[in-house]
Amino acid sequence: MEVVFEPEFRRLEDALKRLRQDANAKAVFLIDKNGQHIAAAGETEEFDSTSLASLTAGNVAATDGLAKLIGEREFSVLFHEGQRDHIHISIVARRAILLVIFDERSSLGLVRLRVKRASVELKKVFDEMDRKAIPEEGVTEPSPFSEITDEDIDALFSE
Amino acid sequence: MTFINYAAKEINCKIVYYGPGLGGKTTNLQYIYNKTAPDRKGKMISLATEADRTLFFDFLPLDLGSIRGFTTRFHLYTVPGQVFYDASRKLILKGVDGVIFVADSQRERMEANVESIRNLESNLRDHGFDLKTVPSALQFNKRDLPNAMPVDEMYRMLNYKREPTFEAVAVQGVGVFDTLKAVAKQILVELRKR
Ligand SMILES: Nc1nc2c(ncn2[C@@H]2O[C@H](COP(=O)(O)OP(=O)(O)OP(=O)(O)O)[C@@H](O)[C@H]2O)c(=O)[nH]1
Ligand SMILES: [Mg+2]
Repeated sequence: MEVVFEPEFRRLEDALKRLRQDANAKAVFLIDKNGQHIAAAGETEEFDSTSLASLTAGNVAATDGLAKLIGEREFSVLFHEGQRDHIHISIVARRAILLVIFDERSSLGLVRLRVKRASVELKKVFDEMDRKAIPEEGVTEPSPFSEITDEDIDALFSE
Repeated sequence: MTFINYAAKEINCKIVYYGPGLGGKTTNLQYIYNKTAPDRKGKMISLATEADRTLFFDFLPLDLGSIRGFTTRFHLYTVPGQVFYDASRKLILKGVDGVIFVADSQRERMEANVESIRNLESNLRDHGFDLKTVPSALQFNKRDLPNAMPVDEMYRMLNYKREPTFEAVAVQGVGVFDTLKAVAKQILVELRKR
């Protein structure tokens, strides 16, 4: 189970905002390797973030599979060039995917450079999330889900 | 892998439809898509061959409403059932929270069903999951066909751990939502345990 709490979520968002600005990108998305959307910044309304997340994760998974077949650990960067918009995909902290969408206002070189810097910051946040995932001795935070009732679950489907 | 975002107040879970080629996995998703209100679903993505066979996966994001203030989202995926797509099938299982096995009730497909369950078990194991403990349900699809095998006989061959089992005619929607609910419930109950 992957859990994101408010402070780390804000830090992820801030890092993405900065990256979007520094790289002059249209939009940036942070996606979990399993295809779940985590956070985004920029002109995000223009894109279907759920579909984007699922297809990007599929793309990365397939490319990872290819890498293993030829004996590479992974291809760390993918680049798709379109007529107008281009996509830069990279792996962050081995478990998340950073997707940058940009056009002629930016360049591959700039995006690559800024992604590198942002990745360092993002990795720090993921490390923090990992630390928080290990419960401290004696501190047991009650999960809001421990109280879910059968009625709650049934209600989901009756609507 | 269940993904809980406390900032956005969202729970995201992944359910994978598994089973032999032409068993009706994609048909299950299409029915769910057609019967779900627009504000409760995202786009359905199908990466398919020219002949409408699943090539990589189908994907359908569903929003089931909220539970304890958290929006509950299920991401439904199908795998490509054809035997030679095994590498792709394995990729789709990554981070799975629940599995729906769609079996083809036609007698001549029993061997394919059995082989596909074994394949599921082994691919799950490669991801560190055990089919014995992963939330799952079994669907006997194509009950409308004259050559459908009797249910109890099928159950003896395919039941893995007394998982919830449903008869279905996916083209008509029979049994489709019941199967989905059974697995969604198990996933949410797991969440409660943690
Ligand atoms: N008679 C009958 N046909 C069905 C039923 N469910 C699905 N079909 C048909 O079976 C064929 C295959 O269905 P799909 O949903 O594409 O099968 P699939 O499991 O996704 O197949 P792959 O993508 O190759 O793995 C289609 O022509 C469906 O219309 C059913 O309940 N009864
Ligand atoms: Mg299919």
